[in-house]
Amino acid sequence: MKISKEQVEHVAHLARLTLTEEELEQMTGQLDNILSYVDKLDELDTSAVVPTSHVFSVCNAFREDIVKESLSRNDALMNAPQHDGETFLVPRII
Amino acid sequence: MKPYQLTITEACAAMNKGDLTAVALTESCLARIAEVDQDLHAFVTVDSEGALRQAAAADAMRQEGSAGLLCGIPVSIKDLLATKGQRMTCGSKILENYIAPYDATVVEKVRNAGAVILGKATMDEFAMGSTSETCAFGVPRNPWKKGYVAGGSSGGSAVGVASCECFASLGSDTGGSVRQPASLCGIVGMKPTYGRVSRYGLTAFASSLDQVGPLCRSVADCALMMNVISGYDPMDSTSVQQPVPDYSAYLVEGLKGLRVGVPREYFTKGLNAEVHAIVQNSIAVLKDRGAEIVEVTLPHTEYCVAVYYLIAPSEASSNLARYDGVHYGFRDKQAETLLEMYKGSRSKGFGPEVKRRILIGTYALSSGYYDAYYKKASQVRTLILNDFKKAFAACDVLVSPVTPTPAWPMGENADDPLSVYLSDILTLSANLAGIPGMSVPGGFTEAGLPVGVQLQGAHFQEEVLLKVGFNLEQALQLGKRDLDL
Repeated sequence: MKISKEQVEHVAHLARLTLTEEELEQMTGQLDNILSYVDKLDELDTSAVVPTSHVFSVCNAFREDIVKESLSRNDALMNAPQHDGETFLVPRII
Repeated sequence: MKPYQLTITEACAAMNKGDLTAVALTESCLARIAEVDQDLHAFVTVDSEGALRQAAAADAMRQEGSAGLLCGIPVSIKDLLATKGQRMTCGSKILENYIAPYDATVVEKVRNAGAVILGKATMDEFAMGSTSETCAFGVPRNPWKKGYVAGGSSGGSAVGVASCECFASLGSDTGGSVRQPASLCGIVGMKPTYGRVSRYGLTAFASSLDQVGPLCRSVADCALMMNVISGYDPMDSTSVQQPVPDYSAYLVEGLKGLRVGVPREYFTKGLNAEVHAIVQNSIAVLKDRGAEIVEVTLPHTEYCVAVYYLIAPSEASSNLARYDGVHYGFRDKQAETLLEMYKGSRSKGFGPEVKRRILIGTYALSSGYYDAYYKKASQVRTLILNDFKKAFAACDVLVSPVTPTPAWPMGENADDPLSVYLSDILTLSANLAGIPGMSVPGGFTEAGLPVGVQLQGAHFQEEVLLKVGFNLEQALQLGKRDLDL
């Protein structure tokens, strides 16, 4: 096995997901299959290969520092599940 | 012929002559949607009133002599592109009631060109999937055979265009999501070079791979759409400053002096015999038109799926972290703590395919596994990119199948994600290398399912693909075949 149920549960926690027992069982099997498949990359020696993160060099894309209109507060809050007209509301932390 | 059956170029000509109005054209498409979309599910949202208002404004513009390239042309927009004031679901329950507060740059561009936006096209949840079956709001059906998949993730876009509910659609292609449904539905679809078209306002799936592209009923229409949507955008830091040619000027007959590369690795034993025969016929057609055929090799093709299914989920796991129920989207109201709210909102809001990819990505990026998975995949991506550079030193365009098979029955492979991922093997590498790719109808199987031919070119060589696609289209004359809906 490339991945255990416990590892999937841990990764789910990191990704802020909760899985039912049935989902955990199914995901473990599927992830194991996928991870076993991607192991085929080990056939290639890449020790001297530079990784590609973007096909074109993307480096410090600046634009003119001109003040433009941004979203209004109403627009920014428009889709919030809960707000008080000024800020987003979430369950109390402290 | 009914107005909705025209191509964009034909409809524009009719409107310019005064034979047709934008309002009549839009009404024709809305009637078509009312007639067939209950079965086909090409649309998640239809904005009839807004469309008719835009059409009336387009008619006024044409009368004033200020008509843009798409003046009065009804189009759909994949439901992951922001259209101001309209619902944008990304095919997911987590964004079911989200209203976009601004326009994506490509949406603004088609609006400025005078297009009439009919509504939002059905898609796989967050563009993840290869069949559009992961959409939370109904699954689009292949208009050529309704029990078969439309392809994904821009399935609704392809179905809407193929069934004449709209004239064109804007889709997005992260691993083949414009080209694959275009092929399975018998229309033209183009993934431009990465950076050629703005991604501002496109909901990110895998940021280094995503690219917006048009789906159309003819190559000329595709060139027109590319003229409208291409170009540098300061709002997108990955947009490339490169002059945009007039793509329509490249639609000329004859391919003398053009070198067509046939990649050996794309014609393997898993390839369906009918697909193989249709692509071979297309290669023969290109030769007849004056092209020189050369065999080329892309030796790392067999690693593309593994590379893609590490890089795309890794980027997705990061991009989708924003869906936490705080600023927008679904919130689990039963949660009592912040952590419970995050977990509950995400677990109840996302579907299984999205969860699966977030888990793969989180695992591949997690401590102790990063080098073995993400870094390794990014290194093999370099090898894939180098393969293409070598191939394009020997040829101007690559010709291949788009998918190994024609469309397949809905529900097939539902429990085997790996086999679905493998169906993308011929399209993924263009995204990994950032090169342009295009699907052009090549023929039909005996069962009446369309099969596309894939054209791939070097960076910023979209015009070469359009020229080759135009020649193929002219020679094959498949466009007038009627759908029996």
